[in-house]
Amino acid sequence: MVEDAAETPLRIVLAKIGFDGHDRGLRVVARILRDAGCEVIYLGLRQTTDNIVAVAEQEDADAIGLSMHNAGHMTLAPKMVEALRAADMDIPVVVGGIIPDDDIEPLRQAGVAAILGPGASAEEVGRTVRDVVNARA
Amino acid sequence: MGRLLSIVERGGPRADEVAKLAHPHVGQAHVIGITGPPGAGKSTLVGKLVAEAENAGKRPAVLAVDPSSPLTGGAILGDRVRIDANNLEAFVRSVATRGHSGGLALSVPGSVRVFDAAGFDPVIVETVGVGQVEVDVTATADTTVVVANPGTGDAVQANKAGLLEVADLFVVNKSDHPGATDVRRDLELMLDLSHVSGAEEIAGGRAPIVMTNSLDGDGIGELWTEIADHHQRLIDSDRLVGRRAHRLQTEVRSRLLTALEQATDALIADRFDATQQTIGESAAPSELSEKLLAELLSPAPPQTEGAAEPGA
Repeated sequence: MVEDAAETPLRIVLAKIGFDGHDRGLRVVARILRDAGCEVIYLGLRQTTDNIVAVAEQEDADAIGLSMHNAGHMTLAPKMVEALRAADMDIPVVVGGIIPDDDIEPLRQAGVAAILGPGASAEEVGRTVRDVVNARA
Repeated sequence: MGRLLSIVERGGPRADEVAKLAHPHVGQAHVIGITGPPGAGKSTLVGKLVAEAENAGKRPAVLAVDPSSPLTGGAILGDRVRIDANNLEAFVRSVATRGHSGGLALSVPGSVRVFDAAGFDPVIVETVGVGQVEVDVTATADTTVVVANPGTGDAVQANKAGLLEVADLFVVNKSDHPGATDVRRDLELMLDLSHVSGAEEIAGGRAPIVMTNSLDGDGIGELWTEIADHHQRLIDSDRLVGRRAHRLQTEVRSRLLTALEQATDALIADRFDATQQTIGESAAPSELSEKLLAELLSPAPPQTEGAAEPGA
């Protein structure tokens, strides 16, 4: 798990958008990514897509992780992707949380880079984030 | 700007190039260091100070440092949770220490330089939560603010050497908590003794103590005024020039030390076993280091290619 010293750690912004108070999962993911050698910029609850765009720019983020547990993913995740596109920022968005199987394909169509469900292992979370960043680079 | 800071954080030749380009344009920003133990309320305080600066028509930037894991190199940079709560326009950059001890990341002086050259003022540097000896921030900041908390010890603690000695300004945060006035009294006593011992004269004056409550904003206006006053006193007394000359020297020193450290590591990897064989199995550490030091300081030093990570 130890990073190659010459490699710069990935910088990942983690947030929940809108009225969704369940941040336990986000904290778990933050810890998993920390232990996978990433620098996590933790924003926590009640973020807006505009704010996340501004943060991603200031922090030079490699990826954005959104945690969603309030069934808002079909509205908010595409809105996040759109906001980044509008700002001309090519940063992959990963969505985690309670996402019904039927919604996975539409989210991918909308430009979400990857979707991680409740069963995802720590290893899978780390690998997925790395993969979506590498796919862009 | 975000990408520029990443280059600086990564270090190496490109960071040096940025430093070279930025250096002629620095010197305008007031660099404010905020330090203190974990959970003292530094980030919340920084958020409030940034709001004060914005209200005063300034264009502040923040470097918020949090620790990297010594095991995986990963980090959770959580200062924005507190700072962003104030709906600010400011540029905030979360920084991981990436293996550097002392309260800051090696890249911080370089990032301050970039902000300064880009016209940000003030530049607020928030250290990791520190204990007693992590005083790197004083080499970076014009004004060092030490944040103290109720319940962190007695008058003897306050009199120990280290962090408390380097404050230009004290903040007793969480002023609504019981014990806040006790902390203030202990700090006042410590400052009284600085007056007696002559340390106060060397420091250029008695550090003011401000009581704040960074949640409701109580005392923040006073703190902002004291910070501005300190800056003005530095300018009026020509101490700012001295501090900045010292800062330059410190940065050069830290770069030299980093280079030496890398050269040392390379030398040990290359030459340790051979040197031990030359001297024999019974070679004492002092003999080995003496022999290796002679090689390290010889006119043709060993190459340290590729490993450069200077503090630019």
